[in-house]
Amino acid sequence: MVKPSEQSSHDSERTLALRLRVWRQLRGGEGHFEEYSLAAVPVSASFLEMMDMLNEQLIREGKDTIAFDHDCREGICGMCSMTINGMPHGPIPGVTTCQLHMRNFRDGETITVEPWRARAFPVLKDLAVNRSAFDKVIQAGGFITVRTGSAPEANNTLIPKPIADEAMDAAECIGCGACVASCKNGSAMLFVGAKINHLNILPQGQPERERRTLAMVKTMDDAGFGNCTNYGECQAHCPKGITLDVIAKLNRDYLRARVKDFFSSTGKARKGGE
Amino acid sequence: MKLDAKIPAGPLADKWNNHKAKMRLVTPTNRRRYHIIVVGSGLAGSAAAASLAEMGYEVSCFCYQDSPRRAHSIAAQGGINAAKNYQNDGDSVRRLFLDTIKGGDYRAREANVYRLAQVSTSIIDQCVAQGVPFAREYGGLLANRSFGGAQVSRTFYARGQTGQQLLLGAYSALSRQIGAGTVKMYTRHEMLDLVLVEGQAKGIVTRDLVTGEIKAWASDVVVLCTGGYGNVFYLSTNAQGCNVTATFRAHRRGAGFANPCYSQIHPTCIPVHGEDQAKLTLMSESLRNDGRVWVPKNSADCAKPASEIPEEARDYFLERKYPSYGNLAPRDISSRAAKEVCDEGRGVGQVVDGKRLGVYLDFSAAIKRLGESAIRERYGNLFDMYENITGENAYRQPMRIFPAVHYTMGGLWVDYNLQSNIPGLFVGGEANFSDHGSNRLGASALMQGLADGYFVLPYTVTDYLAGVGLSGRPSVDRPEFKAVVKEVEERTHWFLNNNGNRSARSYHKELGKIVWEKCGMTRDKAGLEGAIRDLQALRDDFWKNIKVVGAGNQLAPELERAGRVADFLDFGIMMCLDALTREESCGGHFRTEYQEAGEAKRNDDTFAHAAVWEFKGEGNLPKRHTEPLTYEEVQLTTRSYK
Repeated sequence: MVKPSEQSSHDSERTLALRLRVWRQLRGGEGHFEEYSLAAVPVSASFLEMMDMLNEQLIREGKDTIAFDHDCREGICGMCSMTINGMPHGPIPGVTTCQLHMRNFRDGETITVEPWRARAFPVLKDLAVNRSAFDKVIQAGGFITVRTGSAPEANNTLIPKPIADEAMDAAECIGCGACVASCKNGSAMLFVGAKINHLNILPQGQPERERRTLAMVKTMDDAGFGNCTNYGECQAHCPKGITLDVIAKLNRDYLRARVKDFFSSTGKARKGGE
Repeated sequence: MKLDAKIPAGPLADKWNNHKAKMRLVTPTNRRRYHIIVVGSGLAGSAAAASLAEMGYEVSCFCYQDSPRRAHSIAAQGGINAAKNYQNDGDSVRRLFLDTIKGGDYRAREANVYRLAQVSTSIIDQCVAQGVPFAREYGGLLANRSFGGAQVSRTFYARGQTGQQLLLGAYSALSRQIGAGTVKMYTRHEMLDLVLVEGQAKGIVTRDLVTGEIKAWASDVVVLCTGGYGNVFYLSTNAQGCNVTATFRAHRRGAGFANPCYSQIHPTCIPVHGEDQAKLTLMSESLRNDGRVWVPKNSADCAKPASEIPEEARDYFLERKYPSYGNLAPRDISSRAAKEVCDEGRGVGQVVDGKRLGVYLDFSAAIKRLGESAIRERYGNLFDMYENITGENAYRQPMRIFPAVHYTMGGLWVDYNLQSNIPGLFVGGEANFSDHGSNRLGASALMQGLADGYFVLPYTVTDYLAGVGLSGRPSVDRPEFKAVVKEVEERTHWFLNNNGNRSARSYHKELGKIVWEKCGMTRDKAGLEGAIRDLQALRDDFWKNIKVVGAGNQLAPELERAGRVADFLDFGIMMCLDALTREESCGGHFRTEYQEAGEAKRNDDTFAHAAVWEFKGEGNLPKRHTEPLTYEEVQLTTRSYK
């Protein structure tokens, strides 16, 4: 047991009693909310540790546990995906669900927990959804073609620091899907824009720039993601601070690719841009 | 058990090139007729699957996560070493080799480590070409930093997210192959067993975590890149899903498991806050460049806020014990020193389980010297992360840190070709034991994962396939496959129907406590013997009282956990046995009986070998074998950081 520390700066002594409204759904079934009470949640616990406690309580009661996705629990793998009180990853900006801590909630509070809600992310069970549409977008063009062993000496390509930093800013995306879940259109433009920005501004990414852009956008559209109408919810809920300008740049690169494609003699058919 | 390391003849520097020149090839038109199974999609797995598919083989890749991009390689922060010598500071392949051998406390194979240092330079070329956004200088060249006490700056990095960026590079290469149809990717699939046909690895059995389907897959060769076993300790910096099942199941089918007692403890993690904690968070070691580590001299002061403890009542124990390295003493040494002062009752922070397990990492002197803004610039993101987790502001009061399990150097035994003692079973990355000896240097895990995946396995797997011929792939209708599928189905059915009363997590916690106490930072004979008895009793209890809720045809996290904990329990016994029988101290393995003036005392006469364990049947203790380590190039010396 945790004993209260005499050191007043630690908040380990405080615990919360919570009511939780959690989305339950079996694969292939209809979903519904169920309510649970959970007592003695230390405020130092993470949100997912609180969910672990709830699951242990369910096991003791002989009930099925709540399935949810999680892995690294340090905010980098992008696996955790809960909509908490209507907000993907909860109320604190710039953190993933696994990095959200219970000191941000009040004693006696009712917390509503739902899965990502988006047409392109069907629910697998309870809070776990299928995000393989993101992988398909990357498979269509989110790469630079380079054979293992065929790379030139690394320092042969000079990359100005501002360009490298900008690519790195975009590459911070962890592919969690909060952007899609927060968007009323279920748009994946922030995710796709981040990857396009990362690769399209680097010198190594130039040879495939147009092909990449057209193929990724087409796959994104085919996967059932909606369009961007500039609401900006994605930026507000991105745990990694990816900003809307990646979408502006995606639109610019897409236009550029379409124009080039239109005027190119070998155009559409070969590049699959239509 | 036959352990032939197959180290090529000739001078150390020429071994790999000579070996490559002699290895057999498969003609391009024949390659698509071979099927390769790769399990795991971290740096080693993604790189191997992408490279082999690009060569023309048919590849199937499996991972338990929902996307290959989420493998735990992604969490590495610090960087990746390579002997590029871009900083003109005297680095070379030989120096990286020597540092790695010494860092591993002379318990790794010379030839493997030399090859690792050799291919390290190609890794950087490969990653840059893929678009990995490494840090750069204003002139546009790649930047480097010194890491983990190295005397040269050979570490390449991408902010604090080097692992993520390298994994996204490997994932993009893998995705290109999936898009091209040359790799079939199976996400949310967990390997639950290995299938042998006539003594050769010819397939695996998996469970589809979404539908529950248990299925056999046949191949010409199986490559395991399934990571380490740090989660045997329950609390570690590993991801929640990291487990030993794939490698342990292979072990049960005859693969030797080497040096399971070698685990690395990282000194700068956020301390445990309570019983319900599921995960420990690492903070970059770079914090030790400006933070001073201390505890109160007097245990009566431990409950007071740090600000009320005057300077003269503080014990800066690293500076006191290791005046030349001070707060930058190597990971294992710093960790043990922190444990010692906490065991003396001088730890700080919350009382968990009757103890205060934490030491201060104090930035007040650095803030006074350099100003808060300079510290914010260097470590702002880490201070934010610390505040987010603990609710404490480290600019105003010292951080609290404590060591945590971070990496495991042991793994399945492999020869120079990364092939286990089971023909056709290859092992890459943290899952094998090959390159880090008894202690891993900072920024070397990423290097090894990518070296194995991009630059070693594609050659050695090809050589193996050339030898098995084109009729190698059996049908999954063979009795060998059906028998293993049946075993897996029976085990799954048993878990779901055992009418027990204890959750898998509660067993995992208890297991973790036993091995952390008795087989963690320090070990001794009596403790290890007691741990083995306790673990055997816990294992027996598990197989009576485990309770698994959920259904077999849905996502069933409790079922997954129960299977993993079952293997961790058996593995924990083997780990303690390995620690008990290695009667010396080396690297991350510190036996209190074997020390000299408080430092690890190796016994090179008796223990300059890898210990390799053979499975001897359910409930029996495994059998110890050895592979002698012979050093032709390096002189064995004592590590000293005083």
